[in-house]
Amino acid sequence: MKPKFYRYIIFTLVLAAVMSLSFAGNTWAKPKKFKAAWSIYAGWQPWDYANQSGILKKWADKYNIEIELVRMDYIPSIEAYVAKKVDACVMTNMEALDMPAASGINTTALILGDFSNGNDAVLTRDNTGIKDLNGEEIYLVELSVSHYLLARALEMNNMDERNVILVNTSDSDIAPAFIANGNQKAVVTWNPLVMQILQEPGISKIFDSSKIPGEILDLMVVRTGVLKENPEFGKALTGAWYEVMDIMSQRGSTADEAMSIMAESAGCSLTEYKMQLKTTAMFYKPQGAVEYTNSEEIKQKMNYVRKFCFEHGLLGENARSVDEVGIKYPDGSIQGDTNNVYFIFDSSFMKMAADGKL
Amino acid sequence: MSLFKVNAKPSINAGRILPLLPFIICIVAYIITAQVRHDENPKDKLVPTSKQLIDGFRRSAFEEDRKGEYRLLVDTIASTKRFAIGVAFLFLGVIIGLNMGMLPYFDLVFYKFFLFFDKIPALAILPILFIVFGLGEVSKIALIVIGVMPTIVLDTYLRAKAVPREQITKALTLDASHLEVMYRIVLPKIFPKVLETIRLNFKAVILFLIAGESLAATAGLGYRIFVVRRYIAMDIIIPYVIWISFLAFLADLAVRIWIRKKYTWMDK
Repeated sequence: MKPKFYRYIIFTLVLAAVMSLSFAGNTWAKPKKFKAAWSIYAGWQPWDYANQSGILKKWADKYNIEIELVRMDYIPSIEAYVAKKVDACVMTNMEALDMPAASGINTTALILGDFSNGNDAVLTRDNTGIKDLNGEEIYLVELSVSHYLLARALEMNNMDERNVILVNTSDSDIAPAFIANGNQKAVVTWNPLVMQILQEPGISKIFDSSKIPGEILDLMVVRTGVLKENPEFGKALTGAWYEVMDIMSQRGSTADEAMSIMAESAGCSLTEYKMQLKTTAMFYKPQGAVEYTNSEEIKQKMNYVRKFCFEHGLLGENARSVDEVGIKYPDGSIQGDTNNVYFIFDSSFMKMAADGKL
Repeated sequence: MSLFKVNAKPSINAGRILPLLPFIICIVAYIITAQVRHDENPKDKLVPTSKQLIDGFRRSAFEEDRKGEYRLLVDTIASTKRFAIGVAFLFLGVIIGLNMGMLPYFDLVFYKFFLFFDKIPALAILPILFIVFGLGEVSKIALIVIGVMPTIVLDTYLRAKAVPREQITKALTLDASHLEVMYRIVLPKIFPKVLETIRLNFKAVILFLIAGESLAATAGLGYRIFVVRRYIAMDIIIPYVIWISFLAFLADLAVRIWIRKKYTWMDK
């Protein structure tokens, strides 16, 4: 028995040594590696293009880092970000506030890519108006930006959310379900589903995000700690993003070529993708994004968003007030609890892009 | 040590303690993970502490939510109803299976169909279900029925087929009617085994129930889990998962007791 036992121990030790050597080698030889997640949406397709075209790699090489871009479903991508499985992720200002920031993951909005300017919409059948929605069932993804949009629409018409019946419907089935069910009066969703549903006869758009411009912001966020320790990660992402923005804002075949790659990975045609971009207010130039991030307006809009989040328990069911999570703006002002700042709007990287300093 | 001996005889105390061991290890591991994560980030929501879990359960069970409802109650009622209707259809499946197994013409018409039907992954045809049945209660029940009933039909069919022909012939020669043979002799004979199959398929029923509720609903245990996921309320989700498991265990236990009390002759 005994000799065999010793052989086993020696084998284990050798295995451990080999494994630790290989791990050590990894951290020692290679540049730092970061992971970013993206999900399909008109305003986020440029990330995929940046990756496919090699632009992202070019910028990562410039700063001597590695960036891996992974495509995920929207909510799982944010969950991965909260679980620190990815360092950066695309999301709206609302989810950035109520998912990572409210869970104590300090989050910095690195790039303000666009705001929804019609991409989210309330659609109805048979000329049902907003006022007729009382007592009606409405299909939507509860607690998403669709819910926010509906709440704002009702609020603007002095109506109460408690008077409508919300049917939580998965975004993967909401379009066919609404189209197939002729008795269903109203649905709230986002593009490209809005476009699909509107192609059916007898359906009208009664409210969309162009009536609340600048409230639903589409961001690339990074964990604040990671960004502080590795500003080159932020620089590489920002540099790559605005190089793609530059290509998109050119006219002619270069832009079309890039956009058809974006359209393809979104599963639509170039024409459809261009139509979606019309309702997406892209900040093609960094200057515009910097100005909006530095503005007083963004604070007012965020106030609507955080109010919605608090009223629906999204800041945590035990949150005592709307001020539970502090939001910091580029001018240093803080909205909410100053001891609990977990969401930071940072325009400095976009400013570097605007000044050509990347 | 008799740990690796096939004829080991654990003591009475070992019999009491050892079954608890894996549970205790899991719970302790969870508590330590939660503690470590909260030391690092006091606002962590992914792994709530046991105190937060109890608070989450208390809030969902005993406090009105924003709509003025007791969530856990409303959700449990909604889901139990769907579960019960779904299971009722499984008993219809037993009747279908019995007829297929006993009547050669039924066999010819339905057997191949159910064999094929059984292989359809129900979750893959969800869009079709929604278009046919809408997003209401019907589609959720339909999902359960399509997902689980064929299994029950085929199981009953095979068990009915396995009843020795001699017994059936004997009953017929003793002047039993064909209906009597089916419902007074074969069905009671196979019923406890069929109940076992139904019981073992509760898990599948619950799986399809939650899948249906995640897609479109206004209440239900699965519905709640998917909605509160939007703000990473693991302090609600984990108690809900434990609650669902507990209810499933109760349903399973009820059937086991039914079998043990009513069919004392089984396996003797």
